[in-house]
Amino acid sequence: MTAVEAQPEVKEIGRDRRRKEDARLITGRTRWTDNISLNGMLHLAMVRSPFAHARITTVDTRAAEESPGVVGVFTGEDLADTQGACINAWAITTDQVTPAHTPLPIDRVAFAGETVAVVVARSAAEARDAAELVEVDYDELPAALDLKEAAEATPENGGALAHPDLGTNKSALWRFDSAEAGTGGNVDEAIAVARTDGIVLEREYRQQRLIPAFMEPRSVVVDPTGEQITVWSATQIPHILRFALAATTGVPESKIRVIAPDVGGGFGGKLQQTPEEMVAFAVARRLGKPVKYTETRSESLLSAHHGRDQWQKLTLAATKDGHVTGLKVELLADLGAYVALVGGGVPVLGAFMFNAIYKFPAYQFSCQTVLTNKTWTDAYRGAGRPEATYAVERLMDELAAELGKDPLEVRELNWIKHEEFPFTTVAGLEYDSGNYEAATARAKELFGYDDLRAEQRRRRDAGDTVQLGIGVSTFTEMCGLAPSRVLGQLNYGAGGWEAASVRMLPTGKVEVITGASAHGQGHETAFSQIVADRLGVPFEDVEILHGDTQVVPRGMDTYGSRSLVVGGEALVRAADKVLEKAKPIAAHLLEASVDDIEFSNGRFGVRGTDQGIALTEIATASFAAHNLPDGVEPGIDADATYDPVNFNFPHGTHLCAMEVDTETGETRMRKYTCVDDIGVIINPLIVSGQVHGGLVQGIAQALWEEAVYDEAGTLVSGSFADYLLPTAADTISFDIDHTTSPATSNTLGTKGVGEAGTIASTPAVVNAVVDAVRHLGVDDIRMPCTPERVWNAINRAGSGGGTVGAAAPHFDESTGMSGNVDRTTGGNEA
Amino acid sequence: MIPAQFDYVAPTTVEEALAALRQYGDDAKLLAGGQSLLPVLRMRLNAPEWIIDLGRIDSLRGVREDGDAIVIGAMTPHSVVGSDPLVAQHAALVTKAVAELADAQIRHRGTFGGALAHADPAGDLGGPVRALDAEFVIAGANGTRTVSADDFFVDLFETAISEDEILTEVRIPKHTGWGAHHEKMVRVAHQWPICAVAATARVEGGTIADIGIGLANMGNTPLRAGGVEEALRGQPATEDSVRAACARAAEGTSPPSDLNGSADYRNHVVQVMCRRAVMGALEGAGA
Repeated sequence: MTAVEAQPEVKEIGRDRRRKEDARLITGRTRWTDNISLNGMLHLAMVRSPFAHARITTVDTRAAEESPGVVGVFTGEDLADTQGACINAWAITTDQVTPAHTPLPIDRVAFAGETVAVVVARSAAEARDAAELVEVDYDELPAALDLKEAAEATPENGGALAHPDLGTNKSALWRFDSAEAGTGGNVDEAIAVARTDGIVLEREYRQQRLIPAFMEPRSVVVDPTGEQITVWSATQIPHILRFALAATTGVPESKIRVIAPDVGGGFGGKLQQTPEEMVAFAVARRLGKPVKYTETRSESLLSAHHGRDQWQKLTLAATKDGHVTGLKVELLADLGAYVALVGGGVPVLGAFMFNAIYKFPAYQFSCQTVLTNKTWTDAYRGAGRPEATYAVERLMDELAAELGKDPLEVRELNWIKHEEFPFTTVAGLEYDSGNYEAATARAKELFGYDDLRAEQRRRRDAGDTVQLGIGVSTFTEMCGLAPSRVLGQLNYGAGGWEAASVRMLPTGKVEVITGASAHGQGHETAFSQIVADRLGVPFEDVEILHGDTQVVPRGMDTYGSRSLVVGGEALVRAADKVLEKAKPIAAHLLEASVDDIEFSNGRFGVRGTDQGIALTEIATASFAAHNLPDGVEPGIDADATYDPVNFNFPHGTHLCAMEVDTETGETRMRKYTCVDDIGVIINPLIVSGQVHGGLVQGIAQALWEEAVYDEAGTLVSGSFADYLLPTAADTISFDIDHTTSPATSNTLGTKGVGEAGTIASTPAVVNAVVDAVRHLGVDDIRMPCTPERVWNAINRAGSGGGTVGAAAPHFDESTGMSGNVDRTTGGNEA
Repeated sequence: MIPAQFDYVAPTTVEEALAALRQYGDDAKLLAGGQSLLPVLRMRLNAPEWIIDLGRIDSLRGVREDGDAIVIGAMTPHSVVGSDPLVAQHAALVTKAVAELADAQIRHRGTFGGALAHADPAGDLGGPVRALDAEFVIAGANGTRTVSADDFFVDLFETAISEDEILTEVRIPKHTGWGAHHEKMVRVAHQWPICAVAATARVEGGTIADIGIGLANMGNTPLRAGGVEEALRGQPATEDSVRAACARAAEGTSPPSDLNGSADYRNHVVQVMCRRAVMGALEGAGA
């Protein structure tokens, strides 16, 4: 970039700026979608299926229609021509089996919680009351619930099919083989060699089903008044939603404006084109009136997409001294009832990460995606990479145990050395930078690794009731989704670029437009810091605009730790273009040669003189346009679109100490230390928040959270009484620090951080729990590590098994204080 | 989430509240702190036509001393009970249980009597009131009657309070100088306990003179670990005798199986927790 040889003095990047958006977000005095109220607005309530799989025989809406305040009741049949469809943007194979997904199904429901009808009324309360009066008759069908059984079901063997017309529950089989790809050796050969002269570890791990559980329930307002249809939605993806609305309803894209106002969290859970959005859109068009739908928390847990849910069959081959020679991964992934927006692509995102930070010479991955009659699954913080990291980091601890070596030693034997970067992995990715030695050394020091190991030995030797375990996770991830070319090769339906504009306002203020769509990350603050430094303007003078397709014409939205590393780079490029445009005007106004103009701290100066002019003055001058060089257009605003050339690879060493009460199986976190290398840090305060929150979310998978269905396919963990989301009371103070290997793939040297904590922490915790009781014969404990599972593992030397006795939620009819309901019947998925 | 429509009345005296109950009968629910009732209404698991809010009856709030007993008004918030010096002095087990009850917001809104009248067997107060031999004062059309803790809890979410009655106060016999310990197992802080054991004991000359042990979430009602108590009375206050006696902690229980643990697991773990609770109580009693 010609104009920026002399960079402004770094003032904002690296500074602990408090988030400028927090005052309004925390007080709620802002435009959450549910706060939006329009003249004549009607309210929607959904009628949802209580059955996992059933034919809809009749829907009697008469009583609901006569209920006070009701304007209309619509079924799938009523909206058949206008409701559009929910799309899958990523068919992972050319022969992927993809069931049609109509927002309101016409004749069959495929999961408990699926929308069946919508009630429209003058108030939300009237809509809710009337929804209870809609009489739906169902003929129950056999439901495909268990992932392994569903994978085996065929019409011939009589297994339940999630969609009988498809004849199978198998959606797609995605494969990668390093020998075929030319990126490594043959894994079967490596395993065969290890069987005769080496070590082969065969393990099966379960990634339980999780619920994203964002703070703000999903909400949508659709206003068809006027020429355009305006949609406000609590979504991560306003641009993708606009495309999907247009593409599936036939309404021209130019007639649709989608706004994601302030959005209260997503974690991937709002990376979706939802049936509820489609239904609201259809009803607003039908009635010509604005409508609002806001889900309840119960509806959110039940029907917003879930995450994870895999069985992972793993075979690892190694030499007797601990060098891994091959890894074979065979996954079953539960899609739920439909192939969601990203859907089967989630496990594929993990396919490139099972080799993690290691130099595995041979690697094979296959994933069979499977349809079941449960809530659909899709992206959840980390999306594919936590699953991969869990598997490989659990295996590295198992290998260390097999060898009787320290787990960090075994990792170091296998990891890429810092002088070997850039490094092309067996999965075909080029890691640009990293230093695993440095992060690990710092983590060991902060953690007091050697002292804790000594204490562990003492407690083991003494046979203490409460044992101590230490878990390791040396993770990396691919983030910054994604190079469009790679997405194209993977058959994804869109690109991975990001757009930005910088508008220099005549008053000297700066408006920045980004295609990233924040939902709690702090973009407004971090992006302001970047632009303030780049243009030499005050932090306070930068306004970040996002999340509105009319303000931000092009964008790819926010997910996959992409906003900073892709969106931030687009911003830098747009800002640099502003400087390029301003420079000749500066030269003209200063009556100097362009070659003598230099830019620093917001001012263009004439080299060797004290003459200068501020960028903001040029903005004013270019607005007035009274005195511009010949042939120069008024205005110095600039746009940029950045398509990344590579993914981005943050990494870190996470160390966790867990205490396990061997009498009860209870676990307690003693210490958690992580040293993440996320390249150059823009705002350390925001980074700490991302790391803390990410860690808790990953720890929660290890210890607390699980979406459980009963044998009828009803979600048992359907409220926060049973879906155990942790609070601050359940966590400890984490010790976090950073090492820095700047990314070489973007100007600022930044790496993603939004998913790091979640990806890394889960295996660190489970490794620690297993390590605490390994001497008692335990080599695995199923997640979440409930006290009962841990106790069972100790006493039966097994993995603790599946969920036991998942009888009933705590909040059920019996809690309604209406009498005696037996809560003691058990039995559930193994 | 929006509850079904209901009408609302907020009497200012017990008499008015009883009159409202008589008038609306089956169609009414009493609202105390609302920490269980409101979620139930919002999830539409119950849809009473009338809500009788007891929150404006001042006489139902407060803690006082009455001879050999501490009297806790039914509408006294947990946070008040938990910080009351009389309770701490004479019924330390209650103070300890309340300290671990749900979270600060719920302790601020939820009430002592409301939680007990709700009679969730997993509730935090059932075990302590049984261990302490509390008495329940219930007002009805014909005046008040007093029911022992043993008779108060009838079944899952069912108590001795009739449809036309109101719990007004809980009388706890003074357990001055008794040690107390509440052992509660949760996976996350705000959930109902997997199991909880409340123990309080008096020690004389190294011997367990008297002991009360209550169990939560081990059956359809809060239970009393009578077998353990019996085995311990008059025994030396030592770990060996406690360990042996607590092997009887699961006697007569019928715990639920749910997402947090099977009945078998609860029957195991209650023995460990009972031992720890009793040891804690003995330590507090100076053993």
